[in-house]
Amino acid sequence: FYLTPPQVNSILKANEYSFKVPEFDGKNVSSVLGFDSNQLPANAPIEDRRSAATCLQTRGMLLGVFDGHAGCACAQAVSERLFYYIAVSLLPHETLLEIENAVESGRALLPILQWHKHPNDYFSKEASKLYFNSLRTYWQELIDLNSGETTDVREALINAFKRLDNDISLEAQVGDPNSFLNYLVLRVAFSGATACVAHVDGVDLHVANTGDSRAMLGVQEEDGSWSAVNLSYDHNAQNEHEVERVKMEHPKSEEKSLVKQDRLLGLLMPFRAFGDVKFKWSIELQKRVIESGPDQLNDNEYTKFIPPNYHTPPYLTAEPEVIHHKLRPQDKFLILATDGLWETMHRQDVVRIVGEYLTGVHHQQPIAVGGYKVTLGQMHGLLTERRARISSVFEDQNAATHLIRHAVGNNEFGTVDHERLSKMLSLPEELARMYRDDITIIVVQFNSHVIGAY
Amino acid sequence: MFLRLLSDVQWRAAHPKWRRMTSSQRSTSTTAEPHPVSLPAQAQVVICGGGIMGTSVAYHLSRMGWKDIVLLEQGRLAAGTTRFCAGIVSTARPMSIELKMAHYSNKLYQQLEQETGVQTGYMKTGSISLAQTQDRLISLKRIASSLNVMGIPCEIISPKKVVQLHPLINIHDLVGAMYVPEDALVSSANVSLALATAASRNGVQIHERTSVSHVTVQKGRVTGVETDRGRIQCEYFVNCAGQWAYELGHSGEEPVHIPLHACEHFYLLTHPLKEPLSSSLPTVVDPDGRIYIRNWQGGILSGGFEKNPKPLFTEGRNQLEIQNLQEDWDHFGPLLSALLRRMPGLEALQIKQLVNCPESFTPDMRCIMGESPTARGYFVLAGMNSAGISYGGGAGKYLAEWMVNGYPSENVWPLDLKRFGPLQSSRTFLRHRVMEVMPLMYDLKVPRWDFQTGRQLRTSPLYDRLDAQGARWMEKHGFERVKYFVPPGKDLLDLDHSKTFYKPDWFDIVGSEVKCCKEAVCVIDMSSFTKFEISSTGDQALETLQYLFSNDLDVPVGHVVHTGMLNEKGGYENDCSIARLSKRSFFMISPTDQQVHCWAWLKNHLPNDSNLTMEDVTWKYTALNLIGPRAVDVLSELSYAPMTAEHFPSLFCKEMSVGYANGIRVMSITHTGEPGFVLYIPIEYALHVYNEVMNMGQKYGIRNAGYYALRSLRIEKFFAFWGQDLDAFTTPMECGREFQVKLEKGMQFVGQEALLEQKQNGVYKRFTMFILEDHDTDMDLWPWWGEPIFRNGRYVGKTTSSAYSYTLERHVCLGFVHHFDEKTGEELVVTTDFINQGEYEIDIAGQRFQAKAKLYPFSSLFTQRRRKDEVELS
Repeated sequence: FYLTPPQVNSILKANEYSFKVPEFDGKNVSSVLGFDSNQLPANAPIEDRRSAATCLQTRGMLLGVFDGHAGCACAQAVSERLFYYIAVSLLPHETLLEIENAVESGRALLPILQWHKHPNDYFSKEASKLYFNSLRTYWQELIDLNSGETTDVREALINAFKRLDNDISLEAQVGDPNSFLNYLVLRVAFSGATACVAHVDGVDLHVANTGDSRAMLGVQEEDGSWSAVNLSYDHNAQNEHEVERVKMEHPKSEEKSLVKQDRLLGLLMPFRAFGDVKFKWSIELQKRVIESGPDQLNDNEYTKFIPPNYHTPPYLTAEPEVIHHKLRPQDKFLILATDGLWETMHRQDVVRIVGEYLTGVHHQQPIAVGGYKVTLGQMHGLLTERRARISSVFEDQNAATHLIRHAVGNNEFGTVDHERLSKMLSLPEELARMYRDDITIIVVQFNSHVIGAY
Repeated sequence: MFLRLLSDVQWRAAHPKWRRMTSSQRSTSTTAEPHPVSLPAQAQVVICGGGIMGTSVAYHLSRMGWKDIVLLEQGRLAAGTTRFCAGIVSTARPMSIELKMAHYSNKLYQQLEQETGVQTGYMKTGSISLAQTQDRLISLKRIASSLNVMGIPCEIISPKKVVQLHPLINIHDLVGAMYVPEDALVSSANVSLALATAASRNGVQIHERTSVSHVTVQKGRVTGVETDRGRIQCEYFVNCAGQWAYELGHSGEEPVHIPLHACEHFYLLTHPLKEPLSSSLPTVVDPDGRIYIRNWQGGILSGGFEKNPKPLFTEGRNQLEIQNLQEDWDHFGPLLSALLRRMPGLEALQIKQLVNCPESFTPDMRCIMGESPTARGYFVLAGMNSAGISYGGGAGKYLAEWMVNGYPSENVWPLDLKRFGPLQSSRTFLRHRVMEVMPLMYDLKVPRWDFQTGRQLRTSPLYDRLDAQGARWMEKHGFERVKYFVPPGKDLLDLDHSKTFYKPDWFDIVGSEVKCCKEAVCVIDMSSFTKFEISSTGDQALETLQYLFSNDLDVPVGHVVHTGMLNEKGGYENDCSIARLSKRSFFMISPTDQQVHCWAWLKNHLPNDSNLTMEDVTWKYTALNLIGPRAVDVLSELSYAPMTAEHFPSLFCKEMSVGYANGIRVMSITHTGEPGFVLYIPIEYALHVYNEVMNMGQKYGIRNAGYYALRSLRIEKFFAFWGQDLDAFTTPMECGREFQVKLEKGMQFVGQEALLEQKQNGVYKRFTMFILEDHDTDMDLWPWWGEPIFRNGRYVGKTTSSAYSYTLERHVCLGFVHHFDEKTGEELVVTTDFINQGEYEIDIAGQRFQAKAKLYPFSSLFTQRRRKDEVELS
């Protein structure tokens, strides 16, 4: 079975999405030029999610990738809800009041976010009322709390993550009279998701990470070469600090059983995650909720199963680690990607491939004649060659697609091998997950001119 | 930087007077004391901008006797776009007013060095415009016809001749060329300095390094200028700030909208050839290759107008963008290819520099000149679309005349600031439009082309309905208007392929719309027309309008009057229809593009009386024109009111109900001479009335029609349109409209004296209708407008509009005939006999067609068939 190049392309490009930030939105010059994103499923249906939105009531842009496990329900919910929680956390007191008053008196709400979505990125209509009420409770508490201090982005991110996870857990405990919704909130709570979210405002870049997705900064050195800078830490068994942290939080008697086979309690790869109430609730609570829950839940072996050595919950948290980075003109792009990418490619290669792709397409070094002796003919030859290079090599219009092509199709020499690509993409559904994971990538490009002017 | 050095050398060598005036220490150092002389506290005129435009205006004003003038320049004289200008003075311009400006500039620059002692680098090299296609050659031939009748030498030449004139040109892909031997090259910075020198000698004060922050306006008049070095009181302000003119216009409290936008513009400078090029070698323009090439210091200077321009400064003066103005070779690549294809011998020529100099462009590719409609005394001259040096002299002269005499010596309406309004002032609109305009500089300009960007801004409420029925659109003053309706199942050519100088693809479509107008009934949406309401508590409205309009407006309520709004010379400032709604209120309909101009004219002339109010109600009404003999039937069935001539004579206006909608203003006028009505419908009823009309009209064969049909109808009926045939230099006497002038209406009106004089002494031009005799509609080039008219082999004038008459099955051209004395060229009185006793020819792109001249429309076309039918029936 063999896929032709156009067939390969149609598979690779099915989920690609690009957004160019308007060069001037009437208020600000943006430090973000735009972003490319894409997903390649291995699970059916895919368990990864992605989100991107512009904050309308504050400045800045939010981008995130979410890697679900034990189903996609939790990743879906987080991808819909998390940015609202962050945006609300960032809002000044007056704006919160204004929004609350609008809801109270039934007036139109100020729009909070402008989403940049691929048509396949859906929102669940059924739950929107429920989600909205939880969000509203949150901002009402923020209004009551009115600390009077200006909102710190780091804190806002941490609060938003923790609050959302808390709401997910609460909604599952309380349940919903509507049986469809009731089952939904339970599925969300019993599945899990990691999140890696970037907030860009001018030169201030914050990355909040929970789990094992990764944010990587592409830096162009003076000599034109590319280097990768980590803007997140993986929360898994490979991270000593994480292992240390988990051990600190539980009695010494559990030390041996906490991490087994590089997994939390021998079961879970990421050490932090949304949902996964199996690792958060007490055994009694789990049993109570499952018993009173719908039959589908009761019949599910996975949800009913209590992890071994489960003594002192919670074992899992959604609290992110936040890294702040001041953007410099040499910081050209940021890659957010789920572990599906990082387990197949080294971060240096990832940054190099994207860097070369973007400069080839957009930032080809300008030619300057300067004091050199150049004839019209020579210049013409040079320009023709540059044009030819651009048009032939880069069939991809999207940096994320380009990266996926390499991630899936690279041979031992680091170049795309069509035969390999074709094989990998034509694997039957049940086999695909054995050879590769879901891959979700967002490549954000920065405007060096704007950043340099700050 | 080289040009900068060059200009500095000239600057000192010339020792211009202002340099000594402004330098208190008599040192040659120009930087030691930047502001030695303080600004005057007041002046009659303050000019902002020391480029070619500012200095030219100063020069001409001072030559006309105005002395109390201050010119302010934020940096140094001639240091902006002017410094980087390629310095080509080219008269090959398609529009006659532009051609005249360029011609004058050329003559001015030629003697400037002698006049001022400043070297201008003037060199008469001539220019060659190349044609790679037959269509391009046609467009060149049209220009050549215009140049020839102006007395500017000009020749269409073969490719072989091109090589003789310029040995480096590769001619294998050429079909011909146009040679203009008197075109010239100058150093534009030095021309500007020379003009400044002469102006300074005439008493103009010039202050450099002084920037204007804003202009103050009180009670609608300029009162002064705030600068970074203090305030100057003044009566007149002239905004010659080039690409910054938009920002400066918006800096005051009352914004002056100057719609222009800058684009990056590149040209290449090379080192000299091994055998340096002669400085007399003609300039080469290769519009199909999008480039121009001139000799420069033994090497060449070559630039062009690329397909993908880079607009900049959209947000205003952005420091980032200014820093980033650098050579962009990748962007210049296609132009470089075109250059090497045209002159392959230059391969080994060494590059000196790629210059990036921003140029400003306007929404319609024509420059912006004239007085602000809102602030009197605020004049503007900017937006040169990269022809600043060609227009500089002439544009400065016209603006100076405008300020001194109240109006320039030529009709400059096509360039008038008032053709634009706030409408065209959006930065997004300008950014998008100039990206279309810049490539258009060298695109083939065929008849009836429309801009594609910045569309669908103003639309009728029926837009979607009409669009769904196959409407094809054109735009006027931001308003979408229907050209014609493509019937279902019929396809027209795409935009690029429909470009033609010959018979267009919509010929039959418009033909059937015209037929329907003549035999049944058609609906044309004419909502774009400008509509004002003028009313007063007493008789003020009537009195004022009687003074401003030449026809008698003291008519019974419900009557409609066609009348001109004339200036002192009797020329048409506007041509409109006015309905008397009541004793004290009037409803005025003017052409679409009159919205700003007419408003400003009325505002300036209406007495300052709070009991007299004027309102722009253009947006409140949708206008549907029902044309054709069956219009009366449709309307009477819809309104249950008798609409026959006895009950509703022509030129009548009545509010009535149509369908369920009440308060529809129905007027028995059409703009074509066909029988019919115009319905002014409050917009919320528009869709209802339209649907009712279409349903009811079905049994009478009603259909939609567009402006092309209207145009054909009005031209075959010899109806003149303002802006096309009529302008501020045309009087009613000159276009056979004496009947719309009531010299004896019992009171004075503007232009009366001039008209009286013409009535006594005769006119010097006469609006005439020409029917082309030996013209083959299918095979020959179509007339457009601007074609020279020949009488007994001698040039007598130009056409102003033309259309195919489906009734006569001939082309009809309208135009003005002058009578030039055979020996002296002096203009003589044009009599009816003079018109009738000539043999006429119309020159279309160098080919002459016999034409029959007529002073009055065909009477047979006027018989209203409806009436005949009725007679027969009874």
